[in-house]
Amino acid sequence: MAQLIKVNPTRMELSKLKKRLKTAQRGHKLLKDKRDELVKQFLELVRKNRELRTEVEMKLKLSHEAFAGVSAVMSPQSLEEALIYPKQSVVLEPSEKNIMSVDVPVFEYKMQGNQSDIFSYGFAFTSGELDDAVQGLSDVLSQLVELAETEKSVMLLASEIEKTRRRVNALEHVLIPNLQYTIKNIMMKLDENERGNTTRLMKVKDMVLKQNSGY
Amino acid sequence: MKKIACIGDKDSVLCFMAIGCSVFIAESAEEAAKTLRNLAADESYPIIFLTEKYYNAMPGVIDDYAEKALPAIISLPGSSGSEGTGLANIKALVEKAIGADITFNN
Repeated sequence: MAQLIKVNPTRMELSKLKKRLKTAQRGHKLLKDKRDELVKQFLELVRKNRELRTEVEMKLKLSHEAFAGVSAVMSPQSLEEALIYPKQSVVLEPSEKNIMSVDVPVFEYKMQGNQSDIFSYGFAFTSGELDDAVQGLSDVLSQLVELAETEKSVMLLASEIEKTRRRVNALEHVLIPNLQYTIKNIMMKLDENERGNTTRLMKVKDMVLKQNSGY
Repeated sequence: MKKIACIGDKDSVLCFMAIGCSVFIAESAEEAAKTLRNLAADESYPIIFLTEKYYNAMPGVIDDYAEKALPAIISLPGSSGSEGTGLANIKALVEKAIGADITFNN
């Protein structure tokens, strides 16, 4: 139910309210467009995210299995020792991209260290399974970074869509009906005043005529 | 120099050491939450990977960073296998944004 906005029923207020209504309607249209576009982008990202997620989880499962195999044949101490000083390190370069006024992160990454030799240990005291496990994980790294980027973007877009949707709904179901109702109300009041005025004038005219002509 | 951080139990994250991520071993969810807060405040870790077990244990902490562009806190399956948290999260996000899940037609 639309509610009356508390203002004086004057022409001044009426024109002010009409302006506000126009702005609100324009804002509503713009926000609606923004929401539609956001949803479109969002769905694309979600699809990508889902595919990446499934793939990464599958690959990670394989490499966790490989590591489990390694820890079965190597002692925990020597495994830790083999891994603790990595030869390569990942350096991230985060930047931002703007999707419909939402800042989403973009990650670029570089590997530091020798690319041809990713193994941080000598081959003498480690098992061959460890090599496969490390290699497998190293291959999944680029997808991991991409996954992080997409998933974060999806999160940010989701909250932006929610906000925009709330705004659209507030305008559509609260502000605009209230303004329309109030405008109608003021117009009726002004018209009523007008009619009252005319009646009074007619009455006065009758009275003056009566007095002057002595009927 | 910005790097990738991994938080989780030893078995799950030790392997990430080999590929050059910064690894933080946490044996309990509280410890993980504390580490996560420190790392997020540090700003030199734009991506923080967290094992699913801990991710699920501290929704409050993660929500604090949900609105910020960085860091990206991402759940990964631990050594005990995937619990489906990642896909469930995507589903929840779609529901939050659109009101109903329209991308999962399975």
